[in-house]
Amino acid sequence: MTLLQPGFLSSLPVQNALLIGAGAALLSGAAGVFTVLRGQSFAGHTLADVSSAGGALAYLLGISPLAGFFGLAVLGALGVEAAGERRAAGRDLAAGIVLGAGMGITALLLYLDVTLKGHGGAAVAVMFGALFAAPPGLGRAVALGALAGLAGLGLIYRPLLLATLDGELARADGVNTKLLGGAYLLLLALAVTLCAMAVGAILSTALLIGPAAAALRLARGPVAAMALAGLLGLGCAWGGIWLAYQSYGWTPGHVWPVSFFITALVLAVYAAAALARRG
Amino acid sequence: MTHALDVAGLCVSLGGREVLHEVSFALEPGAFCGLIGANGSGKTTLLRSILGFTAPSAGRVALAGVAGYVPQKLQLDPDMPVRAGDFVELGLNGHRFGFPFPSRARRAKVEAMLAAVGAEAFAGQRIGELSGGQQQRVLIAHALIRQPKLLLLDEPLANLDLRASAEIIALLKRVAAQGVTVLLSAHDMNPLLSAMDRIVYLAKGRAASGRTQEVVRTEVLSALYGYHIDVIRVHDRIIVVAGEGGAHGGKHVAAIP
Repeated sequence: MTLLQPGFLSSLPVQNALLIGAGAALLSGAAGVFTVLRGQSFAGHTLADVSSAGGALAYLLGISPLAGFFGLAVLGALGVEAAGERRAAGRDLAAGIVLGAGMGITALLLYLDVTLKGHGGAAVAVMFGALFAAPPGLGRAVALGALAGLAGLGLIYRPLLLATLDGELARADGVNTKLLGGAYLLLLALAVTLCAMAVGAILSTALLIGPAAAALRLARGPVAAMALAGLLGLGCAWGGIWLAYQSYGWTPGHVWPVSFFITALVLAVYAAAALARRG
Repeated sequence: MTHALDVAGLCVSLGGREVLHEVSFALEPGAFCGLIGANGSGKTTLLRSILGFTAPSAGRVALAGVAGYVPQKLQLDPDMPVRAGDFVELGLNGHRFGFPFPSRARRAKVEAMLAAVGAEAFAGQRIGELSGGQQQRVLIAHALIRQPKLLLLDEPLANLDLRASAEIIALLKRVAAQGVTVLLSAHDMNPLLSAMDRIVYLAKGRAASGRTQEVVRTEVLSALYGYHIDVIRVHDRIIVVAGEGGAHGGKHVAAIP
């Protein structure tokens, strides 16, 4: 087996995929650390699933999938925030209701994609990703989105960390926790959108949560955890792309789904981190 | 003398029920005050009102400067990778936007504060791994590092053993001696008797305040509760007892804080 199939790095779809994977992994790794610590994994999953309606809408209207996914993820974030629920159980309830509504809309839009536009592959692309078939300019847009997201996260890092430790304490120290929570949900919406570009809406939680959870088991501080989560995610994303490209040689004429490899690597990384911590 | 904290005619209603009724008291700089009352008497609501979290329906709260707050306990994810020293530093700059680049001056301030509360030995440990007493010291350091005029503590002794309680009280007494007003809520006044020079006693949403020996008396507490209360002094302890015909409605005798 050759380490690199011919044309791997010179292939434009692969370059695009590597850029999308990098942007998604770096932002979702950093944001995922707070998602795990704040117990908002389900909210992250909700936003990802709701964003699928935007992906389906983008196919229907012929607009950028990034705009479609992000637009609906933001609407989902506003929906969860509008519920104004502070208790964990109540937050999950609000997220669950928003998720159900979002998935219902996705079902309708995907049906319309197939019946009105003849996009037979839309459902698989939206839900499970189609990284090698991403539009050519998407990589650059995802990279810019990731940079903007990381800058935003850096801006709110200290108050967000304090509010994650104890909301009341943060309020007493002068942090507007409501505004901060809203800003964080918007960043989370951006992170899951970028993940959806890489592995599809349904699987994007894997890239958001897995590397972050693994990093939290290994890192000594929150900044180190964010950096490590980004790097682990990057390894999974690029490793998944490489394996998918290699798979062309395993079953000639067919490339295995990139999403499968990325999520499998995320699982392996998390398991290794859990074992390392125990050891 | 200007008061560090002035609460005047404070009324607070939650869910249509009046939790605090015309609560008034004032604390001077450097006072060590126990906010004493049974569970549900309104202690936490009063602290939240002072912090501005709960809007009063009447009355006012005036602070002479910044207030520091110490919650009872941090409910932390065990994977939270925040060390005690970093947590204290967040007291200094946690409300600020922007990424925290290392600063030698800031680190020196943190180390001095950790030493002041006797927490330097566990400064490098994850905060979720600390014992109750150690966590209290770190929480107090977090609150004090911004040099507040008033320190509010919500049941800081609730999860501590006797020795840790005594150490935290001694630490707070030193803090008060440096001019910081300490207002500490507790349901049992006895551990605080030797330290506090003022008391705010809450019952049924109403308050009596003053020096301990002025407030913890049969007449004052009976008027506060609305039925007969006995105050019994045994050695260095005070037992407050609701007698016959009291709120317990029968002939049994119950000790209340």
